[in-house]
Amino acid sequence: MVAVRYQTAFRLYPYEKSVDQEAARPVRHPVVIVGGGPVGMALALDLGKRGIACLVLDDHDGVGMGSRAICFAKRTLEICDRLGCGDAMMNKGVVWNTGRVYRDVREVYSFDLLPEGGHRRPAFINLQQPYFEQFLVAEIRRQQAAGAPIEIRGQNSVTGVGQQADHVVLHVDTPDGPYRVEADYLVACDGANSPIRTMMGLDFEGRVFEDNFLIADIRMMADFPVERRFWFDPPFNRGETALLHKQPDDVWRLDFQLGWNIDRKAELAPERIRDRVSAMIGAGVDFELVWTSIYTFRCCTMETYRHGRVLFAGDSAHQVSPFGARGANGGIQDADNLGWKLAAVLKGEAPAALLDSYHSERKQAALENIKNSARSADFLTPRNPAHALFRDAVLDLVEHFDFARPMVNSGRLSVPCIYDGSPLNGPDALGGGPARSRPGAPCSDAPVRDGFLLDRLTGRFAVLAINAAVPESLSIEGQPLDVIPLSAEDDATGALAHRYLGEAPCAVYLIRPDQHVVGRWPAFDPARIETAFSQATGKV
Amino acid sequence: MMTDLILAPNLDNTDDFYAALLAAHNGLSEGESHALNARLVLILANHIGDEGVLTQALDAAVKARSGPGQGAD
Repeated sequence: MVAVRYQTAFRLYPYEKSVDQEAARPVRHPVVIVGGGPVGMALALDLGKRGIACLVLDDHDGVGMGSRAICFAKRTLEICDRLGCGDAMMNKGVVWNTGRVYRDVREVYSFDLLPEGGHRRPAFINLQQPYFEQFLVAEIRRQQAAGAPIEIRGQNSVTGVGQQADHVVLHVDTPDGPYRVEADYLVACDGANSPIRTMMGLDFEGRVFEDNFLIADIRMMADFPVERRFWFDPPFNRGETALLHKQPDDVWRLDFQLGWNIDRKAELAPERIRDRVSAMIGAGVDFELVWTSIYTFRCCTMETYRHGRVLFAGDSAHQVSPFGARGANGGIQDADNLGWKLAAVLKGEAPAALLDSYHSERKQAALENIKNSARSADFLTPRNPAHALFRDAVLDLVEHFDFARPMVNSGRLSVPCIYDGSPLNGPDALGGGPARSRPGAPCSDAPVRDGFLLDRLTGRFAVLAINAAVPESLSIEGQPLDVIPLSAEDDATGALAHRYLGEAPCAVYLIRPDQHVVGRWPAFDPARIETAFSQATGKV
Repeated sequence: MMTDLILAPNLDNTDDFYAALLAAHNGLSEGESHALNARLVLILANHIGDEGVLTQALDAAVKARSGPGQGAD
């Protein structure tokens, strides 16, 4: 029996009996991914494109109902571009750049997300999570047709996990009964309540925030502008906050802070919700409730994201408050970080110890995300009278003085972590090089002739040379690297020079498969590149 | 070079400032006084604009709470 935990929006991978279920002894797979959400599917796609066979086990047969995550950040879109589904996300998504903050009925300030020019992708798009997942699966289907060794099994529920010296055994339940399967590596992408984590008896520590939020996604034909609107103490939700945000298909996300002591059932009654919505958008406006939910949140993380041959990614490893859109976006970056490392280990190109850097880098990122989203939550949900006093003081001040604007915290929006201090980082030998492109940093996009720089970083290690001589092709330890010889004149806007040269006249960068910088030098030196490459693949 | 928080007398006319501070609180309820102080702290913090100095100021304010003879050291 496989329990149904939620309704599906799209049925994408109906149960089919696998030959594994009839096998005399458990069949071994290089990678088994448990959980077919955004993180699991992004990882499967990355691994499959690298030729690594992977099996996704999902206890449902499609994408869960409900908008859930709706804000996808530039870094996520760049990762999707590399995976082949960035255009699908962009074509459906709603681009927004303006945020407005209100107190009571007064607008206290507005902000532009300041997407500097010269990036292929905008700072954010809004897109319902089911679409995001659907586009990932559609790309997996295209890759499968082209021969990528990815398999998705729906209604396959993991009921037990056992780690052996050289593999992991999984007990799986299906509509046809149980079977076992083995994996060289298991990646648990099974969400904040991760059954794998529970089965392994692992910790998940952090803070619970004493607050409830009501989400009402509504469909309406309204001419509200496409921007994020945030209210403190509005007349329609006195003493609390509220949020209005546009999604595709004429759907709007309304989010009402409710406080801690509420009657959950009463608040979820459709009539009660409809009254709240009407008070917010105006009594005369027609709308339809698409999805409603009350959520509470916590900020938690596991101590360690790698346990031998079992790795945890996305919400199973760490959970953040929703303010700042750091949940799904952080999870996609987990997949981006893990994909190339797991592939290198399985191909024998890197030692298994490389996987420890997945933990150290992504834990660093998770702590950054937790810190930022917890601070937003503290601003929105003051925990004692003194916290409320300062929050209100900031809101009083911001109506008069610009200096207080940065103190208003309605969410610090997701940006990728710079892996300062990572053991994979090589030297920063480029005098005058811009800080934003230092070792550990994700590469900033920049215009290059009639395209963009990130489109040239295809998922292999790469050497980027600007105004510097490099060989036409390059291999290290038998692995070909992408060589990208550019001149600062390839970008007339100057963004390429600003982002990669700074004050240096020329530069050579070694860049990882996940587009993070390994090291940088003023000129090409094969010995230094090789040493940095060894370090970045966990060999030093 | 970290700037040290000034803990020696630094106001030209201490009594004038102190009187102005009291005057600003005249007629306010306790809650209004707290709110005024909070706004004042944020305005001054922004003016100072030096994280090191602000950290020292926070430490000094916390320490001075413990009573006579145990003030800022």
